[in-house]
Amino acid sequence: MSESKVIPVLETKGLGISFGGLKANNDVNMVINPGELVGLIGPNGAGKTTFFNLITGVYQPTEGTYYLNGEKMNGKVTHQVVAAGIARTFQNIRLFKKMTVLENVKVAFNKDMKANLFQSILRTPAFWKEELEAERKALELLSLFDLDKFADQAAENLPYGQQRRLEIVRALATDMKLLLLDEPAAGMNPTETESLLESIRMIREKFNIPILLIEHDMNLVMNVCERIYVLNFGEILAEGTPDEISHNPEVIEAYLGKGAV
Amino acid sequence: MPKKNKRGYIINIIGILIVFALLCLLFDTGILGRRTEYMKGLATIGMFSIIMVCSLNLLTGYMGEFSLGHAGFMSVGAYTAGIFTMLLKSKGITVPDLPLFIVSLILGGFVAGVVGIIVGIPALRLRGDYLCIVTVAVAEIIRVVLCNLSIPAITGSSTFSKSFAGIPKIADYHYVFFAMVTSVTIMYMYIRSRYGRAVIAIREDYIAAASSGLNVTKHKVMTFTISAFFAGIAGAIYALSITSLLPTYFNFSKSSEFLAMVIMGGSGSMTGSIVAAPILSALPQIISYVNADFASYRMLIYAVLLVLVMIFKPSGLFGNYEFSLTRVVDKVLGKGKGGATVNEGGKKDE
Repeated sequence: MSESKVIPVLETKGLGISFGGLKANNDVNMVINPGELVGLIGPNGAGKTTFFNLITGVYQPTEGTYYLNGEKMNGKVTHQVVAAGIARTFQNIRLFKKMTVLENVKVAFNKDMKANLFQSILRTPAFWKEELEAERKALELLSLFDLDKFADQAAENLPYGQQRRLEIVRALATDMKLLLLDEPAAGMNPTETESLLESIRMIREKFNIPILLIEHDMNLVMNVCERIYVLNFGEILAEGTPDEISHNPEVIEAYLGKGAV
Repeated sequence: MPKKNKRGYIINIIGILIVFALLCLLFDTGILGRRTEYMKGLATIGMFSIIMVCSLNLLTGYMGEFSLGHAGFMSVGAYTAGIFTMLLKSKGITVPDLPLFIVSLILGGFVAGVVGIIVGIPALRLRGDYLCIVTVAVAEIIRVVLCNLSIPAITGSSTFSKSFAGIPKIADYHYVFFAMVTSVTIMYMYIRSRYGRAVIAIREDYIAAASSGLNVTKHKVMTFTISAFFAGIAGAIYALSITSLLPTYFNFSKSSEFLAMVIMGGSGSMTGSIVAAPILSALPQIISYVNADFASYRMLIYAVLLVLVMIFKPSGLFGNYEFSLTRVVDKVLGKGKGGATVNEGGKKDE
């Protein structure tokens, strides 16, 4: 790792969590620099999603610390972490199913909306201004992902690939500084994966934010990621460029077993 | 304010005034003859039931949590209003009816809301069945406290034990009607604001809601408090129209009755609550009025009705459909599809 002057967007130092005697994550050191697209891979049960839960406040780390833009984040609960700027998607799609596509996105704007209870109930001009502004911003975001035509449909009625994309839009709507994608291509067919790839490239161009990506689709990971961390049994096994990782004997052993090389 | 909404407001206000005029026509001109007073009483029961059921719908339909102790909050409002008006009476202070009515309602709602916050903050860390049990426990605690309440000196009545009577009957149905319209409107506006959106998102998926930056506990406590506030208002109207209070009235079966009304109307539909509440609360009365011998069968009819609705329309009569007067007007006038979003139930049963 190069010691540059830039403050990393995300930095974890010896981050770990134990559930009883099980160390689900242990001594994880990770650095994500501005604008980077980093992959996080590892066999099933390696602790990838646990790591996401740690840095989004779902779990509190039992060891180590993590920083967002140099600010210590330990002890923050989920909505505070989101307010600080880490947004995520989920391995199993978690949309607000009965709400419309537009509302799904507007929910994510909620934390930045100012209209108080009385303004909302009395429908003051301030309320309308904010509400219409939120609607405009939401439609703008949706149109980037070709979802604006579904704005008034219930989220549960969208096809699978578009539900995945909507989840990404909702995460983007929180105005984040770091985006975490948990297996965005899971369950997608090749065409859907291709359009996902395009979406990820577009996010990088438009928003210029770093992305941390968990993925099992090696084709996708090797294609888009600049750097890859490999997690095995809760610990970082290797770190490097896609090329380095794909030729690392330890990584191959973790995936395929001893003697496979 | 968007133009279509402004138009919607005007249409709804006109609709409400028409319903109000019909009620006046029915009760003030005396076309009901001897039965006028009785019907007025029924209408009042129907109207505070609407507030009550809508407030419970906030929890059940929109927040997705069951409360089986809502009658507890109602009793807090009822006793607050009762004690307050009796206190004024015993001190010899006379206040005109309307201000007294308004102040009693707000006071009743406020105290119930405070109880709601106190209960909500620890209880709303729980979800589902566990929360439901806590609400039952809270209602029981409130009931037992009220059963052991003894403050005859304050109210001036010499025999204040479990129950007390002689609350001034100031809940005139004209006032009650507008109290109901205001309460339902406020609850509806709450649901159709960013707060309501947050609460519905939490119902849909609380983990995703937190990951979208929502403070789940804050929004739940807020909704719980507002719900308790309006249950308190309904209780205050109850006290000021029935004029005597008995703690045992606000028992577990009363709470479950309100919950049944919510579910029958359709949880997540204010329209459903507005329609189901007066029908189900007045039904037993009407049956026993029509035929006294038949009265003992009323609970049977009630139960059969519920079972039938659950079999043929499990999501309740209205599901999560909302009646929109603006939409109806647009249709009648032949104006294409109006995207009216704001509606207010002007529907009333006697």
